[in-house]
Amino acid sequence: MPNVIFVNSKGSRKSVTIETGTSVMAGAVENGVDGIVGECGGNAICGTCHVYVNPDQLSLLEPIADDEGATLEIVAAERRSNSRLSCQIAMKPELDGLIVETPEYQI
Amino acid sequence: MTRASTVVIAGAGQAGFQAAASLRERGFEGRVVLVGDEPTLPYQHPPLSKTYLMGKMERAALRFRPEAFFVDHDIEYRAGSRIEKIDRSAKQVGLQGGEVIGYDHLILALGARNRPLPVPGFELDGVVQLRTVDDADALRGCLDKGGRIVVIGAGFIGLEFASVAAERGADVTVIEAADRPMARVLSKEMSEYFRAAHEANGIRFVFGATAAKLTGGGPRVEAVEAGDGQRFPADLVLVGIGVIPNTEIAAQAGLATGNGIIVNEHLTTDDPSISAIGDCALHPNPYAASGMIRLESVQGAVDQARCVADCLTGHPAPYQSLPWFWSEQGALKLQIAGLTQPHDQIVVRKAAQGEKEGMSVFCFRSGRLIGVESVNRPLDHVLARKLLAAGGETPTPEQVASPEFELKSWIKA
Repeated sequence: MPNVIFVNSKGSRKSVTIETGTSVMAGAVENGVDGIVGECGGNAICGTCHVYVNPDQLSLLEPIADDEGATLEIVAAERRSNSRLSCQIAMKPELDGLIVETPEYQI
Repeated sequence: MTRASTVVIAGAGQAGFQAAASLRERGFEGRVVLVGDEPTLPYQHPPLSKTYLMGKMERAALRFRPEAFFVDHDIEYRAGSRIEKIDRSAKQVGLQGGEVIGYDHLILALGARNRPLPVPGFELDGVVQLRTVDDADALRGCLDKGGRIVVIGAGFIGLEFASVAAERGADVTVIEAADRPMARVLSKEMSEYFRAAHEANGIRFVFGATAAKLTGGGPRVEAVEAGDGQRFPADLVLVGIGVIPNTEIAAQAGLATGNGIIVNEHLTTDDPSISAIGDCALHPNPYAASGMIRLESVQGAVDQARCVADCLTGHPAPYQSLPWFWSEQGALKLQIAGLTQPHDQIVVRKAAQGEKEGMSVFCFRSGRLIGVESVNRPLDHVLARKLLAAGGETPTPEQVASPEFELKSWIKA
């Protein structure tokens, strides 16, 4: 199963195995990754699973849909060009080794 | 609250779970006991009438956090239990089964229960309501059989269920006492949008009708009879006519209750050692025309839980979060920013040519923007939330109606 590496704002890393089809948010929550909240349960509506995706891997992801793009407007930490909602990233084998940075705060 | 303090949380739904998690997040070092009446780990409710009901989500994916979270954060979770009695003078709660737990602070997150339909036949087999994951599992099984489904009540739950049932091939009729869907919460224009969309998907509406009785030759329901004599054959009847807040144990303990457990701006009851949050809390809300309101929403549950956790960890601030809501009905995503009722003026903004379909209704009271209803226009929703929560200058109806209007230009960076 593919792995995702979560790096928190202080630089500490945690590698988590996430089943194909499961979202990066759900995998993070299930494995106790602290920097991901996921308050709305994966509906792209609360903006508390915001991550910065390793720019080199951005092109592996599906494009940002309307609702994700809207909610990225209200994330608590700064929105950057590599900002995504981790609930909208469904794991797939090609994403093995994906590196995402969690922002300092989600709320 | 000190290291030696105990916080007991009654109810392990969205609000209760969040209160426990937020207390730890804010560094509370005392004992946290979370009491929930279901045997499962605390789980999300919104998907029960949406993706979970569609069969597109596993049961394990519903839970907020895995079991390890409760162990790691030293949250004592008492599953399958409930608090039956509050002894305020001794500061103790009595659990079902006889256990007594002392508290320094008690958080009531008791939620609400489905309102029963007070007509003959409500107890027949095949007459169902939706609240728990077990209810949803039973309904998933029923939907596999298709057939004729009558939904009583055109509110969020009724219409979310109707959308799933229609999508899964059932023949769906929705009976509603008001003259339009979601009349309690939506503008007429937005109601109309949803009525048309649901009808296009094959859902039949009967407005201005109430169920007088549910009939069946045997133990199983066969039809719904309306007050005017109309008869609607049914293999399954889903009743979604609102909820009743769970206030009883608070009232028995002598706390003030009305349409909810009455709390102040810090969400504290008239006993300073007891708070109430979530669906059961009737609280002062700066956005409510009536002053006091009870919210049934994820936003209310989560933000109120955080507010109480802040109070208990030495950072008291009044509760003043902007209410927002969402509902998913088939391909339609309804989002509401603010409390839009009652309004006396609206401006409708529809998708321009070339844009995706969708609509936002800007609701005004006495000339001031109080909320925005959006369907499939998520950017309008999030910008409206930002604008309304900031509390600053808002656009007039004339400005919103202008073809040049851009919500984004009103957001201060």
